[in-house]
Amino acid sequence: MAGLTTTKQAHVSHDLGMHTEALRGKTQQRFFDVTQEVGGYGYPDALDVDFNKRAELDCEKLDTKQINSQLRDLMKRGYGTIVLQNPGSKHSIAVGILNRLNLYIEGSCGYFALGLLDGPNVKVKGRVGWACGENMLSGTILIEKNAGSQFGAALRGGDIVCKGSVGARTGIDQKGGNIIVGGDTGSFTGFMMQRGRMVICGNAGKNLGDSMYDGTIYLGGEARSLGVDAVPGEITDLDREWLTRKLKMYGLYPKKGIGHFKKIVAGKQLWNYDNLEPGEKKLVL
Amino acid sequence: MCGIAGLIHRNGSGNIGQEMTQMLQSLKHRGPDSTGYAIYGTPGRNEFVMRFKVAEQEDMAKGFDIQDEVKRRRAKVEERLATLGVQIIDKDDVTDYAFRYRIQYDGDMKKLADYVEDVEGTEILSMGNALELIKDLGDAARVAQQYDLRKFKGTHGIGHTRMATESDVDIRSAHPYWAYPYNDIAVVHNGQLTNYWMMRREFERRGHRFMSNCDSELLAVYTAYNLEHGATLEESLRQSIQDIDGVFTYLVSTKDSLGMAKDTMAAKPMVLYESDDLVALASEEVAIRAVIPHEIDTWDPYDEEVRVWRA
Repeated sequence: MAGLTTTKQAHVSHDLGMHTEALRGKTQQRFFDVTQEVGGYGYPDALDVDFNKRAELDCEKLDTKQINSQLRDLMKRGYGTIVLQNPGSKHSIAVGILNRLNLYIEGSCGYFALGLLDGPNVKVKGRVGWACGENMLSGTILIEKNAGSQFGAALRGGDIVCKGSVGARTGIDQKGGNIIVGGDTGSFTGFMMQRGRMVICGNAGKNLGDSMYDGTIYLGGEARSLGVDAVPGEITDLDREWLTRKLKMYGLYPKKGIGHFKKIVAGKQLWNYDNLEPGEKKLVL
Repeated sequence: MCGIAGLIHRNGSGNIGQEMTQMLQSLKHRGPDSTGYAIYGTPGRNEFVMRFKVAEQEDMAKGFDIQDEVKRRRAKVEERLATLGVQIIDKDDVTDYAFRYRIQYDGDMKKLADYVEDVEGTEILSMGNALELIKDLGDAARVAQQYDLRKFKGTHGIGHTRMATESDVDIRSAHPYWAYPYNDIAVVHNGQLTNYWMMRREFERRGHRFMSNCDSELLAVYTAYNLEHGATLEESLRQSIQDIDGVFTYLVSTKDSLGMAKDTMAAKPMVLYESDDLVALASEEVAIRAVIPHEIDTWDPYDEEVRVWRA
C-alpha cells in the first residue's frame, strides 16, 4: 500500500471528472467532487425558473409522456412552482428534472416516480409505488403516505422522506444522501448500501443492512434480523444531533425522543476492504 | 411480467364483471397476451356452472373441418355427461369453441372432470356453484365483450393479464387456473416458480393432472392437494411459502373468500386497499384507482405475508 495515496483509474467517467478516488488503505470513493468541477453541479441545459411563478397541471386525462412533457414545457417558460393534480397513480411521473423546482403532487404516483432528480423539492400528498426517487442526486422528496419497494434505490444525494411505511429493499445500493422513513420498512432494507444515512422510525424486516459496504442506518424499532455483515454501532453525540435535526425538520421527531434509536453499520468483514484491487496491485508491482 | 388483481365486496354483491374489467384493462401493459377472470356470482341451488372449451381460439382458423370437429367433440362431451347422469339445465354457446353449461350432478367431481377432459381438445375451465372462470386471448376489454362480462354481478373475483414468458400464448396457459377437481377454487399468479418441474412430477405421481406447461398451474394443483388433505386456505397459503421456490405473489379465490401470499423475497409487487366494504388488491395501484378514483390509503404487503378475506 505504500505510496498509494492517490491514483486514477482509466475509465471514461474519471476522464470526465465525475470521480476522484483517494486510496488510504481502504478504498474510499468520492463521487461528484464539487471542488474538481467547473461550475459546480450546474448542467449546461438546466432551466432557469422563478419560484414565484406558479402553475397547476391537471393530469387526469394525460398519459405519463404528456405529463412529463407539459411539466418540462412549464419549466421552460420559467414556472418554478408547479402543482400536479389528479396524478392517478400513473408511472414515471416527474422524472429527470435537473433544475431547482418546487413541485407539489396532489395525489398518488405509480412506479418509478421522481427518478433521476437533481435539484427539485417535491411533496407528494398520496402514496408512491416501487422505486420512487431512484438515483436522486440532490433535492428533497417528501411522501405523506406510504411507499412501495426500492424506495430511494441507488440514492446519491438529497433527502427522501416517507412519513408512512415503505416496502422491501428500501435504499438498495444507496450511494449517498438520506432516506428517512416514519413507519416500518420491509426485508433487505439497506441491501448493499455504500454511503449515506438511513433512518427508520418503526420496525424493519429481515436482513436489515445485508451486505452493506458502508453508510449508517438508524433504527427506532426492531429488525426481524440483521443481514450479513451488518453490525450494531455506537451512537455518538454527532449522531444524536443529526437525527434530532433531520427528524424535526420533517415533523417525524418521536414524542419519546431519540434515546431508543439503534445504529447499524457495516462490519466490513465481507468485502476485501484491506486488499488491493487487481488494478491497484499492478501499480504496486 | 403479468398483472394480477382481486376484488371482494364485503357487504353483498357488486358489479364485479365491470369492476374486474376496469382493473384488468388498466394492467394491460403488464401483459397483453391473454386475460382471465374468476368471478363469483350468486350460488345456484344444487347446480353447478361448468365452463369448458373443446378447442383453442387459434385452432378455429386451422382448416375447413374444424367447425365439424368442434361439433363432434361437443357432442362427445354431452354424451359422456349423460353417461355419468349429469342433467344439463341450460347451455350457452359463448364462443365457437367455449361453452357454459348449467348442470345438476351429485357424483364424484374428479370422475366427471377426467371423463370429460378425455375428449380430444377438451378442458374444463371451471366447475363451481358460484364460480365462473373465463379466459381467452387479448386484453380485458376484448374478453369482457366476447363473453359479455360487464353485466356480471357478484361478490368477489380475481383476474390476470398475461405476458407469456415460458409457455405458449393460448387459453390453456392463461390464468386463472381452476383448482381441479375442487368446486369454486381458482388461482392467479405473478412470478416464476423454480421448482415447478420437480413438484409437478411429484403431483403427477400422486394422480393429479396438468393441462399446460405453465408453472402457475402448479399453484392450483398444490392448493387443491392441500385442501383435499384438510388444510384451510390460510394454512395452504402459508405452507406454500416454504414449499414453493421462486418469486411469486398469488391470489386464491374460493366460494366465499379471497386469499393472497407473497414469497420470502417480496420480489413481486402487490398493492392493497382495505376498507369495511371493499378489499382491492393488484400488481399496481393504477388498477385500484380504476375502481376507486378518490384518494385512499394503500400499502404493499411485506414478504411472506398471507392474508385471507371473507365475502
